Amino acid sequence: MLNLRRRDLLVSVALWAGSGAMVKAGLISGRLPWATNAGSPPEPVRPGPWKFFTAQEAAAVEALVDRIIPPDPKTPGGKDAGCAVYIDRQLAGPYGRQDGLYERPPFMKGLKGQGPQDPDGPAMHYRKGLAALDEYCRNQHGKPFAELSDSDKDDVLSGIEKGSIELKGGAGQTFFQQVIKDAQQGFFADPIYGGNRDMASWRMIGFPGTRYDYRDWIKRHNERFPLPPVSLEGRTEWVVRKS
Amino acid sequence: MARKLPAKDVVIVGFGWTGAIMAQELTDEGLDVIAIERGPWRDTAMDYPPNYAQDELRYHIRHELFLRPEQTTFTFRNNMSQTALPIRNWGAFMPPNGVGGGGVHWNAETWRFLPSDFVLRTHLTERYGADFLPADMTIQDWGVTYEDLEPHYDAFEYLCGTCGTAGNVNGEIRQGGNPFEGARSRDYPNPAQEQGFGHALFGKAAAEMGYKPFPQPSGNMSRPYTNPLGVRLGPCTYCGYCEWFGCGNYSKASPQTTILPVLIRKSNFMVRDNCEVTRINTDASGKRATGVTFVDTRGEEWEQPADLVILAAYAIFNVQLLLLSKIGKPYDPITGEGVVGRNFTHQVTSGVKGFFDKEKYNFNPFISSGAIGMCIDEFNGDNFDHGPLGFVGGGYIGQVQTNGRPIQTTPVPKDTPAWGAEWKKAVRDNYLSTVLPATHGSFYSYRDIYLDLDPTYTDRLGRPLVRMTIDFHDNELKMSRFLTDKLAEIAQAMGASKVEKSYRKGPYDITTYQTTHLNGGAVMGNDPRTSFLNRYLQSWDVSNLFVTGASAFPQNAGYNPTGTVAALAYWATDAIRTKYLPNPGPLANA
Repeated sequence: MLNLRRRDLLVSVALWAGSGAMVKAGLISGRLPWATNAGSPPEPVRPGPWKFFTAQEAAAVEALVDRIIPPDPKTPGGKDAGCAVYIDRQLAGPYGRQDGLYERPPFMKGLKGQGPQDPDGPAMHYRKGLAALDEYCRNQHGKPFAELSDSDKDDVLSGIEKGSIELKGGAGQTFFQQVIKDAQQGFFADPIYGGNRDMASWRMIGFPGTRYDYRDWIKRHNERFPLPPVSLEGRTEWVVRKS
Repeated sequence: MARKLPAKDVVIVGFGWTGAIMAQELTDEGLDVIAIERGPWRDTAMDYPPNYAQDELRYHIRHELFLRPEQTTFTFRNNMSQTALPIRNWGAFMPPNGVGGGGVHWNAETWRFLPSDFVLRTHLTERYGADFLPADMTIQDWGVTYEDLEPHYDAFEYLCGTCGTAGNVNGEIRQGGNPFEGARSRDYPNPAQEQGFGHALFGKAAAEMGYKPFPQPSGNMSRPYTNPLGVRLGPCTYCGYCEWFGCGNYSKASPQTTILPVLIRKSNFMVRDNCEVTRINTDASGKRATGVTFVDTRGEEWEQPADLVILAAYAIFNVQLLLLSKIGKPYDPITGEGVVGRNFTHQVTSGVKGFFDKEKYNFNPFISSGAIGMCIDEFNGDNFDHGPLGFVGGGYIGQVQTNGRPIQTTPVPKDTPAWGAEWKKAVRDNYLSTVLPATHGSFYSYRDIYLDLDPTYTDRLGRPLVRMTIDFHDNELKMSRFLTDKLAEIAQAMGASKVEKSYRKGPYDITTYQTTHLNGGAVMGNDPRTSFLNRYLQSWDVSNLFVTGASAFPQNAGYNPTGTVAALAYWATDAIRTKYLPNPGPLANA
């Protein structure tokens, strides 16, 4: 007999719906259904106050993403590219809460190849990881991570990466791997999500972005594609300025 | 208590490629058909239009179009001595969800298996002797031959408008095609797609090495196409957002772009979306299916009676429903008896990175399609002598790179730091001048690789998850190593200044994507002791139950499965129309 837990079901149904309307079962016949924007266009990230990070956490994350992706004369670093804003908004949303993932117990330690078995989602990893990072830096250097010199920051991060520095809670290495992954994803994702500001990373590598038609270039072998990138929000030059 | 709905002639569980094919064919026969789909209705213009379909973060990284593990997932372990743990986020494969199923977000590689693949045990035993096969390898013949399936491969290719260059038309070998393929009755409906620089360079280098390169058969259109149902597809724009994405251009063959506009208008068809089938019901004898039970999004339970039940979900979910419904004997890996869960397989893939001089080479990797590319088939199946090599199986190898989307496709040499200024520079220096060719190898079946129900973990409905017990055997790792070495030679010949090989290594890892080609668990064959289905995809035990999908594969070949999955579905509908309906009952003798 089916052991149906109705409340659980309703909760999970609401979650799959994401930002869209409540999912409802339907009976479809006779014609193709139409629902405008059924796929829910993405919500652009807007500048403004931090939605997840405290001011202190934000300072640490801005410093982290700027060492993971350092500025250079041609391309901004992680901070100016908006990677900390990207991570903040992601952690405040479904990603931070592990929405849609399987979170039923028991949580048992497994093999690496069995994947993460951790009731904490990314939001909690950042909360704990950033506190542990600053605590380590205060103990060792007398100030939080954001206030260290660039070379001290790199030394701390290299130590965490190699495992020679362990943070409180014991998860420094996996936390830093997560920050690297998130920072780089924010750097390369569409700017609509808050990172990759002004398509900086796409300009850096020569990726034309969300252009959707290369039929005129598929046979132009070994020729650099000539057009600048476009994002889901178009390009800055396309915005009509009203005087 | 489930409320009972009016009876239908046919209920189809799952509404992806095979559900749509079954519905189209059986409604043509005049039957009253309902399909029940766990996920939502989806269609091009309202769900993935080109003003936001090209979003790598949303669709590739956050898995927007797939089943959510919260809905249901699997547990996984490498062997029977371990405790299986739940797959909490997808990694090695991506289970589909919603109308169109994997057909929405596949790459549209549309291959046929080799004639020898369907008679694998017989063929290998005749050529190499029975002792050549590992003792615990449980490969078997399919009970159906390439010749049986040829008209049905053809039907699917013409439905989809598959683009390719034929290599063998009625036995005549054609230049520019795959000379190893089984004889096809006519050309592909459309010419092959154009090839980008990297793809073409692979073809040139392979030809100079004496191989016979050919374009990968593609369900991304090389030109506008109107299929036999009158449904039209547009030309592919090589946008580079294909696999794991829906196509906003109507350029990728999917149920939406080939069948649904016709099917949905038929008065004898309807589909329920966002409804999950939880059980196949049988009568007191256990020999006859009476319909299915499903739950809607409000948690209400319903019973849909039907004369014919077609199980057309993703492979492992077919197996789960059989196990939960107690249909067929569950497989026991100790005794080797039982059939449900037996001969579970995946795919064995690997790749190389070819780094080129950035002053001389610009591949524009972002200009691509899902099934673009040049391949060779010299090392697939039994196209080469395995005698001196000590393994069986093979795969196609090729430059089949689908994209340059930068979150996933910013390759750097392996000695590059994971972060910092050197990483950033390496990304900049290599993005346009690197190719990522791949191997796509077979995965043969073994006694200790199987599916059953997990003793601990359950889904949101309280049902046990399916437990996957799977690892790579030496045969598969040797095979993949061989393919990878051959691939690296070609990458070198393309002119790469540095070639890095990524061999597939054990143990099997659930966090690394390989393909979504999980197979087996309810396999077809001629012997009810070793197959759940007869050669017509009909259950040996319950003759009004048919099971489509890759769960029927006794083992996996070195190709993408969809062409064969679809051909089998057409083959089964043909058997239902011409054999079963005139005389309902078992179509094959045990």
